[in-house]
Amino acid sequence: MKTTMKVEFDSISENEAFARVTVAAFMSRMNPSIDEVADVKTAVSEAVTNAIIHGYEGEVHTITIFGQIEGEMLELRITDQGVGIQDIEKAMEPLYTSRPELERSGMGFLFMEAFMDEVQVQSSPGEGTTVLMKKKIRKSGE
Amino acid sequence: METRLKMADHILWIRVPGELDHHSAEVICREADRRIQREDIREVIFDFADTTFCDSSGIGMLMGRYKMIRALGGRVRAVRVQAQVARILTLSGVAKIIPVELSEGGREK
Repeated sequence: MKTTMKVEFDSISENEAFARVTVAAFMSRMNPSIDEVADVKTAVSEAVTNAIIHGYEGEVHTITIFGQIEGEMLELRITDQGVGIQDIEKAMEPLYTSRPELERSGMGFLFMEAFMDEVQVQSSPGEGTTVLMKKKIRKSGE
Repeated sequence: METRLKMADHILWIRVPGELDHHSAEVICREADRRIQREDIREVIFDFADTTFCDSSGIGMLMGRYKMIRALGGRVRAVRVQAQVARILTLSGVAKIIPVELSEGGREK
C-alpha cells in the first residue's frame, strides 16, 4: 500500500515547526518509535531551514514537502525554487557554511545524514533545490 | 515565545523554549546578546528543562554564545537536558566543549 501527501507553505521561520509537526503526523500511521519520529523531525527541520535561509535567502516564497509511505519506507522530498547550490559536495561537508556571519553551525546535512537512511540533493543554480530523504521505519517494539 | 532570562550574581540564566530551532534560536540570540553586551556576565546557564527538540540552528546559537562569553572570560553550561536534546549535543560535539548536565532520569546516549 502506497500513500502520499503534499504540503506547501511560505518560507518563514515560524513554519519550521509546522513542517516538523505535519511530517510527524503523516508518518504516525507507520507506528514509529519516539526516536524515529525525533530523527525525522530533525531532518525535516534542517532541510526546511536550509530552504528558508540559503535557498530563498530570507525572501518569502513557497516550500513544498512531498511525502510518501510505501510499506516500511518513508520518503520525503523538500523543494524550493530558490538560488540553488553551486557546489553540492562542498555544501554537504560537515561544518561548512556559506553564511558564517549568520552563526550557522554547518551541521544541517550532517544531521540529515545521521538521522535518515538516505539523503540526496538535487540542485541547479538559479532554479532551486530538492532534498530527497528516505528512512525505513521499523514497527515499534521490534 | 516563552524564552525567559534572569540575571543574578553575574550569571545569566536562559530558560530555553520547548523547541530550539532556527526561529526560536534567533529570538534567544537577540535577547541574550543585548544582556551580554550591556551587563557584566561571568556565566551563562542554558536551562533545557522545557526543551524536547533541538536542531543544528540550536547548536549554532549555543556555539555562538559560548564563543562570545569565552572571549569575555566567562563560562557556559547546559543544565536539565532531556534525552532527545542530549543526543544532539553529543552528536554535534557540543557536549565536549560545554558541560552538559542531564535532567533527572535522563539517559545519555
